[in-house]
Amino acid sequence: MGDPHGAAQPSQEFEKVLVDSSKEVASFDAHEKTPVQRFQHFLHSNPAAVPLIVLVLSLLLFGMVLGGKFFSAFSLTLILQQVAIVGIVGAAQTLVILTAGIDLSVGAIMVLSSVVMGQFTFRYGLPPQLAVLCGLGVGALCGYINGFLVARVKLPPFIVTLGMWQIILASNFLYSANETIRGQDIANNAPILQFFGNNIRFGSAVFTYGVIAMVLLVLVLWYVLNHTAWGRHVYAVGDDPDAAELSGVNVKRMLISVYTISGLICALAGWALIGRIGSVSPTAGQFANIESITAVVIGGISLFGGRGSILGMLFGALIVGVFSLGLRLLGTDPQWTYLLIGLLIISAVAIDQWIRKVAG
Amino acid sequence: MAQEPLLSARGIVKRYGRVTALDHADFDLYPGEILAVIGDNGAGKSSMIKAISGALVPDEGEIRLEGKPVHFRSPMEARDAGIETVYQNLALSPALSIADNMFLGREIRKPGVMGKVFRALDRAAMEKTARAKLSELGLMTIQNINQAVETLSGGQRQGVAVARAAAFGSKVIILDEPTAALGVKESRRVLELILDVRSRGIPIVLISHNMPHVFEVADRIHIHRLGKRLCVIDPKEYTMSDAVAFMTGAKEAPREAIAA
Repeated sequence: MGDPHGAAQPSQEFEKVLVDSSKEVASFDAHEKTPVQRFQHFLHSNPAAVPLIVLVLSLLLFGMVLGGKFFSAFSLTLILQQVAIVGIVGAAQTLVILTAGIDLSVGAIMVLSSVVMGQFTFRYGLPPQLAVLCGLGVGALCGYINGFLVARVKLPPFIVTLGMWQIILASNFLYSANETIRGQDIANNAPILQFFGNNIRFGSAVFTYGVIAMVLLVLVLWYVLNHTAWGRHVYAVGDDPDAAELSGVNVKRMLISVYTISGLICALAGWALIGRIGSVSPTAGQFANIESITAVVIGGISLFGGRGSILGMLFGALIVGVFSLGLRLLGTDPQWTYLLIGLLIISAVAIDQWIRKVAG
Repeated sequence: MAQEPLLSARGIVKRYGRVTALDHADFDLYPGEILAVIGDNGAGKSSMIKAISGALVPDEGEIRLEGKPVHFRSPMEARDAGIETVYQNLALSPALSIADNMFLGREIRKPGVMGKVFRALDRAAMEKTARAKLSELGLMTIQNINQAVETLSGGQRQGVAVARAAAFGSKVIILDEPTAALGVKESRRVLELILDVRSRGIPIVLISHNMPHVFEVADRIHIHRLGKRLCVIDPKEYTMSDAVAFMTGAKEAPREAIAA
């Protein structure tokens, strides 16, 4: 094959003038940015910064108003204990929302898993370790069904998980016959079920294993999301599934793995839930789905997928915890807490929209 | 041509419901050539290209790569076989960085325990390669290889997509409208790149509406019409108006070209 034209010879008449054209390359960021633009750009590249700033400000605010009553090691670690379950479920929710999905069944999976762990031990007399594994397996299976319906049957995640929420919750009540396993029995016969209720104390600071598990889980997932191929693919799938598919990501397999892992994490939350409340109750954790979505949204993770940091979710959960405890210590009507959280949700999404407008 | 085609397709059929996008279409790409594919809107060019790049599974027909039948069920399989495609929509993930995008689906992991056990990505190596590939294309106006693709201009995004294909394509590179979003100078650079890739011996399939570009770089022109290959012409023997006439059905296709 000859090369009749020679590589760089412009062959078209209008391109001959290119020889005299400016040799300067387009340059970027040359103009000075205003401080606001720079701040916007900073927020764009650090999605967890907004919730962190809000968290620090709210801590300072309540610290100033309440003083030592709030700023004590005991109160601050109490907040951590109160958000541990939401934090773990929120980690599962984060994975799903990053793929532009939503999981309304997280709370139901959590409760069903905890019931399975309890009932397998007490009804069938399985060794508690095995019952815990069964509970984790049930959680992963529920997640897998969600993922299968979303990825293979191509149903919208909202519908799939809305249906699964009802199905799993009903199964939970039918299977457990609405029966609570008392904390005393668990402590005597199967203390491993209450494993996450154990704690380490430093002075008056109390760290339950549940809190430690939540922090470790978030750190591990942060690493996975940012420094492994799987994590990058989660973002790519949420960003633009078609583009991800064409550039070599197996989108269906990614979605199924995300929902399965999310189910597994919910089951872990179910185990931690037994530690937190002491007993196995089929009516516990009713609002975990809404609370986890709240944490994710206040944490600056976009509901449209592909944007945000799991650390933001943790800060979001902590913000809710700080407001709840702070307002309770102030002695206000608890409705004020919900009102403020509602405002936070709307402001968080408004800020997300503003940050998305960034260019350059 | 006496040579064996590197990539060929015979009797490809693809239906979408009642619409037949590909109606027993044929395709041949010979080693070391630039094959332009032209056709009117809706002629089935994109479906043809998607069938050979694995983005679409044909209902009937056979595709052969280096003489061996292949059945791509996903773009990944085609990529693994050495066929790299730049799609019209570029297939980039806006929120990910340039380096992440270039290596999407074929990330480099760190050596040793960090990579094997903890599956850690080797960011440094990926950024180095990405930077080198973009510099080759004269696209180093991009200052930060870690900036998100959504902060780039349309032309720069196109550059990233083309650089990705040029960096990894080992057997065939398919470019779907590679100059559509580009300015005059950037288009020129992409054309130079196409010739440069051919000089490395890798054949290119170029889908374009820009007739001057097609006639400038193509060795042969595949004209697609009504879901099948109408004919293949030599750009030195026909004019642009002839090609447009064949493409739109204004003129009967030359008999000897149909056989080709």
